Amino acid sequence: MQSPQTLTRSGLDFSTVIVLLITVLGALWALFAAAFAPDAAMKGQSWLILGGFLTGIFLLVGSMTSGGVETDEREYNENLIKAGVIASLFWAAAGLLVGVIIAFQLAFPILNIEDWGFTSFGRLRPLHTSAVIFAFGGNVLIATSFYVVQRTCRTRIAGGIWPWFVFWGYQFFIVMAASGYLVGITQSKEYAEPEWYADIWLTLIWVAYLLVFLGTLWKRKEPHIYVANWFYLAFIVTVAMLHIINNLAVPVSFFGSRSYSLFAGVQDALTQWWYGHNAVGFFLTAGFLGIMYYFIPKRVNRPIYSYRLSIIHFWSLIFIYIWAGPHHLHYTALPEWAQTLGMAFSIMLWMPSWGGMINGLMTLSGAWDKLRTDPVVRMLVISVAFYGMSTFEGPVMSIRAVNALSHYTDWTVGHVHSGALGWVGFVSFGAIYCLVPWLWKKAGMYSKALIDWHFWIATFGILLYITSMWVAGIMQGLMWRAYNSLGFLEYSFVETVEAMHISYIIRAVGGLLYLAGALIMIYNVYRTIRSEVTEVDESVSPQPAQIPA
Amino acid sequence: MSKGKGLWSELHKKLFERNSLILTVGILVTVSIGGIVEIAPLFYLDSTIEEVDGMRPYTPLEQLGRDIYVREGCYNCHSQMIRPLRDEVERYGHYSLAAESMYDHPFQWGSKRTGPDLARVGGKYSDEWHRDHMRDPRSVVPESIMPAYAFLAESTLAYDNVAAHLRALRAVGVPYSDEMIETAVADIATQLDPYASDYDGFLARYPGATLRDFDGNPDRVTELDAMVAYLQVLGTMVDFSTYEAEADQNLR
Repeated sequence: MQSPQTLTRSGLDFSTVIVLLITVLGALWALFAAAFAPDAAMKGQSWLILGGFLTGIFLLVGSMTSGGVETDEREYNENLIKAGVIASLFWAAAGLLVGVIIAFQLAFPILNIEDWGFTSFGRLRPLHTSAVIFAFGGNVLIATSFYVVQRTCRTRIAGGIWPWFVFWGYQFFIVMAASGYLVGITQSKEYAEPEWYADIWLTLIWVAYLLVFLGTLWKRKEPHIYVANWFYLAFIVTVAMLHIINNLAVPVSFFGSRSYSLFAGVQDALTQWWYGHNAVGFFLTAGFLGIMYYFIPKRVNRPIYSYRLSIIHFWSLIFIYIWAGPHHLHYTALPEWAQTLGMAFSIMLWMPSWGGMINGLMTLSGAWDKLRTDPVVRMLVISVAFYGMSTFEGPVMSIRAVNALSHYTDWTVGHVHSGALGWVGFVSFGAIYCLVPWLWKKAGMYSKALIDWHFWIATFGILLYITSMWVAGIMQGLMWRAYNSLGFLEYSFVETVEAMHISYIIRAVGGLLYLAGALIMIYNVYRTIRSEVTEVDESVSPQPAQIPA
Repeated sequence: MSKGKGLWSELHKKLFERNSLILTVGILVTVSIGGIVEIAPLFYLDSTIEEVDGMRPYTPLEQLGRDIYVREGCYNCHSQMIRPLRDEVERYGHYSLAAESMYDHPFQWGSKRTGPDLARVGGKYSDEWHRDHMRDPRSVVPESIMPAYAFLAESTLAYDNVAAHLRALRAVGVPYSDEMIETAVADIATQLDPYASDYDGFLARYPGATLRDFDGNPDRVTELDAMVAYLQVLGTMVDFSTYEAEADQNLR
């Protein structure tokens, strides 16, 4: 029986009107920008932004006139998660593809096709980093957090139309930012390149995201907030803080693209790397630890290894991570006391990181056989192993003496990718392989063999990537500081560039393999969704794992 | 497992796990501390930025060149931060001072040297070398992997709006005077003309700046003019003959 309380329609409710109002205001701003933008890049951008907002208005009005979206309080919102999974797969392919292109550009500069100004490495590199971190990673986080918070609170996601606003608004942000990079709209802060108008839009989306998440926690039917949700919440709250402070800027014109950072020089540098390192710490770590704390126990059907370790892991990780930023600025004009603080906390960070790794790995106690039988478990476990490896390498590289060698070289690039490809990528793929059969009510993935192929091809790709970058980075660092017997510098800069040619080719091939693995996954997901088998495999049924009492 | 729980676990369970607002506030407080302790002092400790002679705001042309540097993402491959290490000082020159980027909104220290550091590239090569290098990097450095930027020489520099750029920079703390903002558009042409009528006025506003046609084409104001003007001023402002690294106010 349907009672009026459980079945609601968001036809002309307050939320829909507010979303419509936001969209109309956005469209008006874009229209004025199209007319009055002082820079050519913004003139082009504004049409795209206007198109996006008009599409939004069209869909909203269409939905309102046809009676609105039906919301059944007794059911989880799974369409939202399905959309998130598909968006994640799309952005994974796009982001990895751009990564492969720019990797080949470094080996063969002729691939910077000059007649198309927008394909130079300088414009494509932010496109790659934003696409993999924020488009792929962000969609995985939004989708899994919306999934996990519903299941572990045993309630439908809060907010009616708002979670959909978060999802589509976020996709719109990605398109806005990415197309901007191609026409040269950037504020040049690494991983925070989008300009002020896109930043304001993202702030709006993010506040809505936080409220939807909190709203779901508020109406939970479980007495306690599950550990995965602590990590998701820390990720959402901290990223909001980082994003707002690091992007404080004064626009040149209200309808133009360019702005100037509120901070300058040394203060700007530390604010940026406080942001940059914690984009790693809270976007790429805390958020994905939320995935680990839900999907690993769920998939292996075992409780989390230690509840107390979860508490220690959580609070010490989020406390210590925020201090680590200055290790990006060793030996720079940043005062030495700040560098030393950053180094000390970076080394301390090793402990909570490994505490979390142990908590994830030991959750397999009593279920280690699944490593052999279930390729998805293998993927999740290897991701945690890569997490352990890169969170050991990171503290080592944060030591000033090591950093003197590693900084500015490809060693850093290799380190980032062991975390990004090994940890973030694999834990996301593992979660997606869990989610697809659960959401589309299938017995399992279309092909277990293809998961195996994905796993091994991608793992081989990662190994090629990180080993070639170790060689390239350490070699270049040593060549820079090499002296000949007469006391002169042994190598000119460009000789060190030339020496890395082979490493750059190997790295690009590694990236290509990783992309190939992702494409195999996309095919596998497509065949799973299209398959006829609809019985649910009980062993992977999506009930929340219980915290050990 | 259930017996091994202590007071803290119980407290955690009762406090943070039952009340999402307490959890949210707890997170916010925990993640705020590090930033407050590390970043906030940089804004009030006098020793953060050294006392030097010679630092001035960028000329309008240099600033627009800097905007192009940002637009093209040069920071992805070039640092502007020389570390006080023996090999770097020998390769690039005096280590970078915090004072040298005090007017840089945003900073361009970079994080990767796929190409060499550019903090002191100013004056190291001729304008002609830069023109060749931008048109075809491999014509002057055969092993270079840098993309070509030949279009800079063909693109007319958009500078009608440059006063608004200077105003925005003044709003964030760069000491542009009313006069500088008024003459901003004219100063673009002035800097490109060594025989400009306002030669002395320009140098009074921007001491030490160089006036010449940077792109080798006096008929046009191109993006290459701005880019080369910016590259040629990098690292040249501070007068190191009067800088005392060991002075009390410069110890950090």
